[in-house]
Amino acid sequence: MKRWILILAGLLAGISLFAHGEEGDVRIADVIFEHVGDAYEWHIVTWKDHPVAIHLPVIVRSRTSGWHVFSSKRLEHGAVYEGFSIAPDDPYEGKVVETVDGERVRPLDISITKNVLSLMMSAVLLAVIVLLTARWYRRHDALEEAPKGLAAAVEPLVMMVHNMAKENIGEDYRRYSPFLCTAFFFILLNNFMGIIPFFPGGANLTGNIAVTMVLALCTFFTVNLFGTKHYYKDIFWPDVPGFLKPIMPVIEVFSALVKPISLTIRLFANMLAGHIMILCIVCIIFAMAKYGPAMTGSMTFVSVLFGLFLDLLECLVAFIQAYVFTMLSSIYIGLSRAKE
Amino acid sequence: MSLFTPDLGLLFWMVIIFGLLFFILAKWGFPLITSMVDKRSAAIDKSLQEAKEVEERMGAMTAEHERMLAETRKEQSVLLKEASETRKAIIEQSRAEAREEAEKILAEARVRIAAEKESALRDIRREVAMLSVGVAEKILRKDLSEEETEADYLAALVDEAARQEPGKTLN
Repeated sequence: MKRWILILAGLLAGISLFAHGEEGDVRIADVIFEHVGDAYEWHIVTWKDHPVAIHLPVIVRSRTSGWHVFSSKRLEHGAVYEGFSIAPDDPYEGKVVETVDGERVRPLDISITKNVLSLMMSAVLLAVIVLLTARWYRRHDALEEAPKGLAAAVEPLVMMVHNMAKENIGEDYRRYSPFLCTAFFFILLNNFMGIIPFFPGGANLTGNIAVTMVLALCTFFTVNLFGTKHYYKDIFWPDVPGFLKPIMPVIEVFSALVKPISLTIRLFANMLAGHIMILCIVCIIFAMAKYGPAMTGSMTFVSVLFGLFLDLLECLVAFIQAYVFTMLSSIYIGLSRAKE
Repeated sequence: MSLFTPDLGLLFWMVIIFGLLFFILAKWGFPLITSMVDKRSAAIDKSLQEAKEVEERMGAMTAEHERMLAETRKEQSVLLKEASETRKAIIEQSRAEAREEAEKILAEARVRIAAEKESALRDIRREVAMLSVGVAEKILRKDLSEEETEADYLAALVDEAARQEPGKTLN
């Protein structure tokens, strides 16, 4: 065992020397934010100093010249195409901007970015997984056979969420269970895709505030559009002493608004923090490159150990965050379905 | 910092894609799975319930069976007891009957013995009478003048009479 660890450490030292040769001096913060942020191209690997990347379509609508669709390859290395370019610094750093009269203006931008592509792929993957599972139930008699293969793997998770809905919502949980299941599987799948470090994964989707915000808003609207009379009465005219009557609605409305915000931030911050932590640990290898082989080798060893630990921790967090989001959503929905 | 401001394009795509995904999965995905699993668990519950009922019924049947067995055993012992009593009674009765019979036979035998004795005595008496008559005849026939020979002569006569056949002396 000890010998294996030594061999591993030696190997890692070799790799770290290679890393030194290739990367040279790197700005670690840039690397990290490039990895957790969005981009117009999907950088897969750098091969012999040539980046291998998927150039994704840029779809923008200028206020003056209407819609433009073109490949992001045309904007590489600060190039300008049809008046559009990628802003090198703030206020729109890294985004496509249009230069109108010498001033940078942000067009309406619905480009297929790295995150959007990842979103599409994982949505298709999730749809395939769930529909294949559903097909198993359509083709087999569930009363005669135990589920096999994919169905056996997906069913416990579906039933976990379904039973969670049953416990927290009560009577008409069947109406809400599909939403909770979709949210759960969407978050879970994307969390795991985020942990995978190479191409089909690696996008930081659930660590993106836009994505978590949409999920939280879905919960918000589900809660507040289908609330019972009793739920609204509790918000606007609760059973409290007279002098509290004018204050309570303010507090309750505030609380109703804070719930989706807390859902958004919780998921976003947890996933983002996880990604940043792992990236930091990995970047230690490159940061140590200039301190010589002994230092680099030992730090590589430490960083791989920590990286492994953090990756496993992230697997746990991926599940926990999906579970927590779904559970809180079901509890909020349950509160809005209050009878008496 | 762009990390903390939601990007409009991604919001747009997220709403569309997540909405579409939800629509598809809520229509053809999850409800089918959950309803089938619910159905299955209902079936499992039902069969468990049935199994429990069958078990209960089996338990009741076993109890009934045991009760019947015990009853039969009790009846058997009663019957055996009765049989042995009957046997004893029969033996007792036959013994009594036998004793009675024996007594009867003994009584009859006693009566007959008495009758035999009677007839024997009568025969002897008649014989004695015949002998007496013979002796008297003989005495009459002989000269009874000598008084000294009288006693010897009488003894000789009695001996002679005794030696003679009783049947012949009867005439």
